[in-house]
Amino acid sequence: MTGRRFDPRRLLVGLLEPMDPILLVLVSLLLGYAFVLMASASPVRMESQMINTGVAVGVMWVAARMPVQRILATAVPLYLVGVLLLIAVALFGETSKGAQRWLNVGISRIQPSEIMKIAVPLMLAWYFQQREGAIGARDFVVAFVLLLVPVGLIVKQPDLGTALLVAAAGFFVLFFAGLSWKLIAPVALAAIVGIGSIVGFGDRICQPEVDWVVLHGYQKNRVCTLLDPSSDPLGKGFHIIQSTIAIGSGGMAGKGWRDGTQTHLAFIPERHTDFIFAVLGEEFGFVGACLLVFLYIALIARGFIIAMAAPTLASRLLAGAVSMIFFTYAFVNMGMVSGILPVVGVPLPFVSYGGTALVTLCLGLGILMSVQRARFLTQK
Amino acid sequence: MTFDAPEQELQHFRRRLLIAGGFMLVCFAVLVARFGWLQISRYDYYHTRAEDNRIALVPIVPNRGLIVDRNGEVLARNYAAYTLEVLPGHFREADAIFDRLQTVVEITQRDRRRYRKILEESRNFDSVPIRTRLSDAEVARFVARRFEFPEVEVKARLFRDYPNGALAAHVIGYIGRINDRDLTRIEARDQEANYRGTEHIGKVGLEQSYEGELHGITGVEEVEVDAGGRAVRQLRRTPPTSGNNLVLTLDRGLQQVAEAAFGERRGALVAIEPSSGGVLAMVSAPSYDPNLFVDGISTQDWDALNNSPDHPLLNRALSSANPPGSTFKPFMALAALTTGKRTPEQAISDPGYFDFGGHRFRDDKVGGHGMVDMYDSIAFSCNTYYYRLAADLGIEQIAEFMGRFGLGSKTGVDIEGESSGVLPSPEWKRQRFRRAEQKKWFAGETISVGIGQGYNAYTPIQLASAVATLAADGVRFRPHVVRYVEDVSTGARRVIEPEPLDRLPLAKTHVDFIKQAMEGVNIEGTGRRAFANVPYRVAGKTGTAQVFSLRGATYRAKDVKERLRDHSLYVAFAPVEAPRIALAVLVENGGFGSQAAAPIARQLLDYYLLGIRPAGEAEADEDASDAVASPRPAGAPQPRTGDTP
Repeated sequence: MTGRRFDPRRLLVGLLEPMDPILLVLVSLLLGYAFVLMASASPVRMESQMINTGVAVGVMWVAARMPVQRILATAVPLYLVGVLLLIAVALFGETSKGAQRWLNVGISRIQPSEIMKIAVPLMLAWYFQQREGAIGARDFVVAFVLLLVPVGLIVKQPDLGTALLVAAAGFFVLFFAGLSWKLIAPVALAAIVGIGSIVGFGDRICQPEVDWVVLHGYQKNRVCTLLDPSSDPLGKGFHIIQSTIAIGSGGMAGKGWRDGTQTHLAFIPERHTDFIFAVLGEEFGFVGACLLVFLYIALIARGFIIAMAAPTLASRLLAGAVSMIFFTYAFVNMGMVSGILPVVGVPLPFVSYGGTALVTLCLGLGILMSVQRARFLTQK
Repeated sequence: MTFDAPEQELQHFRRRLLIAGGFMLVCFAVLVARFGWLQISRYDYYHTRAEDNRIALVPIVPNRGLIVDRNGEVLARNYAAYTLEVLPGHFREADAIFDRLQTVVEITQRDRRRYRKILEESRNFDSVPIRTRLSDAEVARFVARRFEFPEVEVKARLFRDYPNGALAAHVIGYIGRINDRDLTRIEARDQEANYRGTEHIGKVGLEQSYEGELHGITGVEEVEVDAGGRAVRQLRRTPPTSGNNLVLTLDRGLQQVAEAAFGERRGALVAIEPSSGGVLAMVSAPSYDPNLFVDGISTQDWDALNNSPDHPLLNRALSSANPPGSTFKPFMALAALTTGKRTPEQAISDPGYFDFGGHRFRDDKVGGHGMVDMYDSIAFSCNTYYYRLAADLGIEQIAEFMGRFGLGSKTGVDIEGESSGVLPSPEWKRQRFRRAEQKKWFAGETISVGIGQGYNAYTPIQLASAVATLAADGVRFRPHVVRYVEDVSTGARRVIEPEPLDRLPLAKTHVDFIKQAMEGVNIEGTGRRAFANVPYRVAGKTGTAQVFSLRGATYRAKDVKERLRDHSLYVAFAPVEAPRIALAVLVENGGFGSQAAAPIARQLLDYYLLGIRPAGEAEADEDASDAVASPRPAGAPQPRTGDTP
C-alpha cells in the first residue's frame, strides 16, 4: 500500500461525490420507511432486505459514476440481449406461478423481463438521439415496433404486471419525444370506454362461461374480483377485502407500529411484498400514507427537474421516462392495494421486499444521477 | 412533428414534462382521495369490521384421501387428535406460556424446539401448535384451567398415520409440514387458496406424486370472532370436499413377505403384474418408519437416518442403477433370434475364454462349458457365448433392441425420484464424456456389455418392467403403483394406465424359446437349488453385478470387504404358461445371484401363487402389524375413513 494516510472524510466525499444529494436524501427516507415497515410486517426478512438494499445502492453508485454517454452506448446490446433472453424464456423457460418467466442459467434463475424495464426506455432514447433534428412520423412507427416486441413477449409469458411497466416506460419516451395527440387521444378514449364497459357490465361478462379472448383466465379473475371481491373470498378477493379493511381501519393516525390487528391477526397475504402498503395504511394511517405519497412526488419532481436541465435529447428523454417509471410503480401498487386497480404483480417501489425490483429501481436512480452529473460536466 | 430548432424542441419537451407532472398529480390525488374515503369517511365502518366483530373466514381443511392396497388393506389413514395451539398475536410470548402450561400438561424440550422451528418457517399462521396428540386426561386438565390461558386453544386436528410402520415406506412416502419450497410449488399450481389452513403436504412417494388427488378441496366457514380472535358464532359454511382415495396395485401380504425375505440385507425388489404393469410389491431395504416425519422429525432420528451408511431413505428400487449382470442374457439371446444372427440350435465350443482385440475375456467356469447352444447359454449362464454374440450384433443393434424394453430410460412409474440408468451406446458415450479420447467407443467395450457388465446400469424397476414385458410376449405397460383413484363422495373410479405403452415386434416362437430356456435355469441350471421341488412353472435368470467403488461411503476397514462384494441379482416370472407376476431382485453385496437373490424370489412366488408364507412367520401377523407402529394415544378419537365427518 502507499504511505498516504487514510482519511475517512476523503473516502466519504469520494463515495458521495457522484450522487445527487437531493435524490440521495429522498431515497434514504424511502428506504428507511421501508425498514420500519419491514420490521413490523416480517422481521425475519430484515437481514436479507438489508443485503438487497446494499447491492441495489451499489448498482446505483456505479450507474451514477458512469458518464451518460457510456450508459446510452449500452442501449443496443442490452436491448438485443434482453429480447433474445425473452425469446429463450418463451422457448425453454421455467414455469412458476402458472407463468413462464424464468430462465435457468445454471447458477441461478434470471427473469429477463426485469431487464427490459430499463433497457426499453434506454433503447428508445438512444434511437431518438440518433434521429435528432429529423424526427418524423416514421420514427415513431419504428420506436413503437421496438416497444411492441418485448412487451408482446412478456404479455405471452404471461406477466401482465411487468408488461404494463415496460409498456408504460416505453410509452413515456414516445410521449416526451413528442408523440402526436392525435394518436394518444383515441387510445386514451378506447381505454376509458373499455374500463367503463367492464365496470358497467361486470355482472354479465364475469360469468364463468364467458371467455375473454385477449386475457388469461386468471387475469380475467383478477379484474372480476376487483368488481366483486366477495366472489372469491379465499382466493384473490381475499387480498382486496383484507387490504381495504386494513387500510380503512387505520384511520387518521393509524393503530401504531406493530399494532396492526389486520396485519398480524387476520393475515394480509404477501404482506411483506406487494401488499406492504396495507401494513402502512393500518399502522400509520392516512398521515403515514400521505407521507409516502409526498416522498414519491418529491422524488419524481426531482427527476423532472433533472430532465428539464439535461443537456442532450437522449438524456432528457431517459430522465423523464425513468421518473415516470417510479410513478407507475407507486400508483399501480397503491391503487391495487387500496382496491381501485386490479391485482397485478407490481411491488411498492423502494419499499416492498425483494431484490430484483429494488436493483432495477436503483439503477434508474443511478441513471438520473448520471444525467444530473452530465449537466455539471458540460457547464464546466 | 419535426422541429426546426433545438430551442423549440426543448420548449416542447418541457411542456410535455409539465403535462406528465400534472397527470401524476391527478393520479396521486385520486389515491389520496381513496385513502381519505377509506380511512376518514368510512373509518367507522372499517374500524368496526376490523375490531369489534371481525368476520373471519376460517378455512376447513378437507380430509386427506386414504391409501389402501389392492385388497383394501389400509396403508395410510387419518385420525383426529387434540392439539394445544397458541393464538396469533402471542407467538413471541411462547416461553412464558410454556412455563405456565408446564404445570398442566407435559411440555418437553422437543416440543419447545419444534415450536420455534415452525415459527421460523415463513408461513402465515392462524395458530401454532405447542403440543400435539394430547391424551383425554390432558385435555380434561387443560379445559378445567382454560381461563388461565386466554392465548392458548385446544383444537381437534387430523393426523396422518401409517399403520404398517416401515412397510412399503418408500412407496407410500410421507407427509410433512409445508415449507418454503412446497409453498412455491403450491403457488406454481395456483393452489394458494386451496392450501389456506392446510399444514401438511406430501413430501415423497405416493403422498407426493398424488398430492393433487389426496388433498381435496378446502371449505370455508364464515365466523364472527371477538377481539381476541376466538370464534363466537358461525355465519355460513361451505363444506370441504375430501381428497380422493388411492387404491394400489400393491399387495400388502406380498410386500410383507418380500421385506421379511430381505432380513438385514440391503437391496431392492420390484414385482409387476405383466398383464397390467401394476406393481405388486416394491421393496427398498432397509426401510424407515414414515410416522417419524409426520409431526416433524427430531434431529436425532434425522441424523440416524441420513448418516447411516445403509442409506435407508434412498429408494433403491427406483434410483439404484447397477449392471444387470447375466440377467441381461435372455434379452441378448432374444435380440439374436429377432435379428436372425443366431438360431436356437447353433452351438459354439467354449474353451473358457474369448479373445478379442488382444484382450482375453474369461468365463466363470475354468476350462469352459464345452459345446453350448442357446438353451445352455441361458440355463448355465455361459459368458463366452455372449462375448461372441455381442461382437456379432454390435453395440448399435444391442442398444436399439434393449431400448425398446425400456432399459436405460425412466419407466415413468407414478413415484418421483427415478434414475434413468445407462443404456450404453456410442451416442451415449459421446454425450457423457468431455475429453475427445473418452468419447470414442471401443469395440472391446461391446464385449463386456454383452454379458450385462461394462457401462450397463439399470434400476430394479427397469429390470422388472423389462422382464414383465418379456413375460407378456412384448406388450409393455408403464409400471404404476396406483390401480385407480376413487372419489370418496361419488364412488367414481379413474383407472391409472389401462392401456399398453408399446407392443414390441417379437415373434411368438422366439419369445417361447427364451421362456423355455429361462424355465431351464430353475430346473437344471443356476437357479435349480433355490427352486428345488417347485410345484409351478417358473422362468428365471440369475445375475451377478460387479461393484466398482464404494460410492461415497466412508472408508472403514471392517465394512470394506462386505461392501466390495458383488451384487446378487435375480429376475423371474411365473407361471410360465400364463404369467401373473414378474419380478427383479437386487441384493447388494450378496454375491452370486443364485445364492442371495433367487431364494428371495422363491419365497415371493410361493406366497403369491400358492399362498404359502415362509416358515418362521406366523399367520396371525396379518393383524399384529396394525399395532406395531401406530402412535395413536390410548383413548384418542377413532380413526376416520375418508368420509366427511
